[in-house]
Amino acid sequence: MSRATTSLPRSIAAHAILIAYTVIALFPVILVIINSFKSRQAIFREPLMPPTSKTFDLVGYVTVMKQGDFLLYFQNSLIVTVASLFLVLLFGAMAAFALAEYRFRGNGLMGLYLALGIMIPIRLATVAILQLMVAGGLVNTLTALILVYTAQGLPLAIFILAEFMKSVSDDLKNAGRIDGLSEYRIFFRLVLPLVRPAMATVAVFTMIPIWNDLWFPLILAPSEATKTVTLGAQLFLGQYVTNWNAVLAALSLAILPVLILYVVFSRQLIRGITSGAVK
Amino acid sequence: MGSLNIENVRKSFGPVEVLKGIDLEVTDGQFVVFVGPSGCGKSTLLRVIAGLEDATSGRVIIDGTDVSATPPAKRGIAMVFQTYALYPHLSVRDNMALGLKQAGEAAAEIDRRIQVASSMLGLEPYLKRRPAELSGGQRQRVAIGRAVVREPKLFLFDEPLSNLDAALRVNTRLEIAQLHRRLGATMIYVTHDQVEAMTLADKIVVLNAGRIEQAGAPMELYNAPANEFVAGFIGSPKMNFIDGTRLGETVKTIGVRPEHISVDAAKGDWKGTVIHAEHLGADTNLYLDCEKAGLITVRIFGTYDAEPGAVLYATPQPGKLYRFDADGKVVK
Ligand SMILES: Nc1ncnc2c1ncn2[C@@H]1O[C@H](COP(=O)(O)OP(=O)(O)OP(=O)(O)O)[C@@H](O)[C@H]1O
Ligand SMILES: [Mg+2]
Repeated sequence: MSRATTSLPRSIAAHAILIAYTVIALFPVILVIINSFKSRQAIFREPLMPPTSKTFDLVGYVTVMKQGDFLLYFQNSLIVTVASLFLVLLFGAMAAFALAEYRFRGNGLMGLYLALGIMIPIRLATVAILQLMVAGGLVNTLTALILVYTAQGLPLAIFILAEFMKSVSDDLKNAGRIDGLSEYRIFFRLVLPLVRPAMATVAVFTMIPIWNDLWFPLILAPSEATKTVTLGAQLFLGQYVTNWNAVLAALSLAILPVLILYVVFSRQLIRGITSGAVK
Repeated sequence: MGSLNIENVRKSFGPVEVLKGIDLEVTDGQFVVFVGPSGCGKSTLLRVIAGLEDATSGRVIIDGTDVSATPPAKRGIAMVFQTYALYPHLSVRDNMALGLKQAGEAAAEIDRRIQVASSMLGLEPYLKRRPAELSGGQRQRVAIGRAVVREPKLFLFDEPLSNLDAALRVNTRLEIAQLHRRLGATMIYVTHDQVEAMTLADKIVVLNAGRIEQAGAPMELYNAPANEFVAGFIGSPKMNFIDGTRLGETVKTIGVRPEHISVDAAKGDWKGTVIHAEHLGADTNLYLDCEKAGLITVRIFGTYDAEPGAVLYATPQPGKLYRFDADGKVVK
């Protein structure tokens, strides 16, 4: 690194900016978490204070656990997110491999077509999707959500992964072919491990909008049995009264699974970067 | 076993024809080197032989069998790549074993072959390591080992030494030459490097723009190049080409190798001024600007003191002149 970038004032400035950004980014999250452990009055009187022994109250969590079927909502959210993520990564990587590896007529056009979804928001098609799901009898099933989210995540996944796969050494794939590996083995055993950082990036970008989405659960699967966490939390947002304890507790709980998934992927990301390269 | 015949192989990428009809015969046990300028199709031809690329037309025959429709793993070949292409997640041992396991060899046989190959290449201490934990030279030896254990009919090397430093390159070159002698296998080797080509080859194939310009033993190509391209490509420094009319000849071009010109301070055929002198110890390269012949290179064995600006007389050795017609073909 050049000396200019490591000088003390620059370093301080850089850290100040990064710390400021971290504070701004984390502030709402921290606010939600600390307030979820406080009594209702304390939330309104001193919203910025951490819970003290006097104001500490688990009433929000108790409400969440008792009312509504929160465990089920969690399970639904997890099933939908993990299944969609799996399908996006699997199909996205396979399509990306085909685009990056094989020469066939219309390859470029196909790539463009598959990437089109990045620019066109899937919500524009909500009405059509709903009609489709009704016709297919999939309304109020998790399958409907998984299908929609897979479609939503694929364009970006294909776009990013294809770029990365083009950079995987041809010699390595050819060595595999000479050793008699099938195209599937080459894909799963040689190429995928080498694009793991890209896979982790795609996973994070795909996962968070799915977990947080309110739109499609509300439209496609609002039934009690298929509610997701974000939709379930709406239960406490009444038209006249809102049970803030419960809302904050539900949201705090909803952060946990994404956090865990994120940690898993970021570790993959680091391992991918540090694993031995070809040369 | 291990002969190779290539019959009128053509290869196009879209509208671009990269191989324009290649015919080649390689007999069992031969060491054949492909040389040619960058982009002339050497790697493409090698990949067609390996089956990694389908020829647009023509036939590839290994050991008497047409393998044009056979997948790479079933062709009885092994390939060593410029970038080593070792499997990063496997140990050295598993790198060598993978192909054999895929082919369904018995475990004992796999062990035996790895044992033989690793002792031949001095790889025993590294068998448990991953490629990332090896030096460049060690990695290339592993790549060669991976080819050796397959016991192929045909070895294919695509510029295997070009990522190694000069000293290691000489060593590994020697190892490949020994390997060829010990295994007696047929080898096809692509390189940019003249010295590799001249020292290793039984037969050199000079490619240019998707065609074979000439194929033959190294000394045949050096002594009797078929055309201007081969004459200029084989030999270092490059052959001097002089316009025929300047020398009062009827042919288009006269060629004379730098080592076939002698210089004298007092008298000679071509009077010239020294532009630059390269002192390499074992020999000296002089760049002379001659009144009659233009700019020429002269290679003198041993040291020769000549300052830029000095006036010298250059004389081509009799009988060492090559004559080329307007198409670049040699005129006898
Ligand atoms: N997959 C491909 N698609 C299109 N053109 C290609 C492809 N592979 C090679 N070519 C073209 O074919 C020509 C020959 O390539 P090749 O790799 O065989 O050259 P080479 O003789 O091995 O060169 P070098 O000495 O630089 O390795 C080049 O002009 C290259 O651009
Ligand atoms: Mg090449």
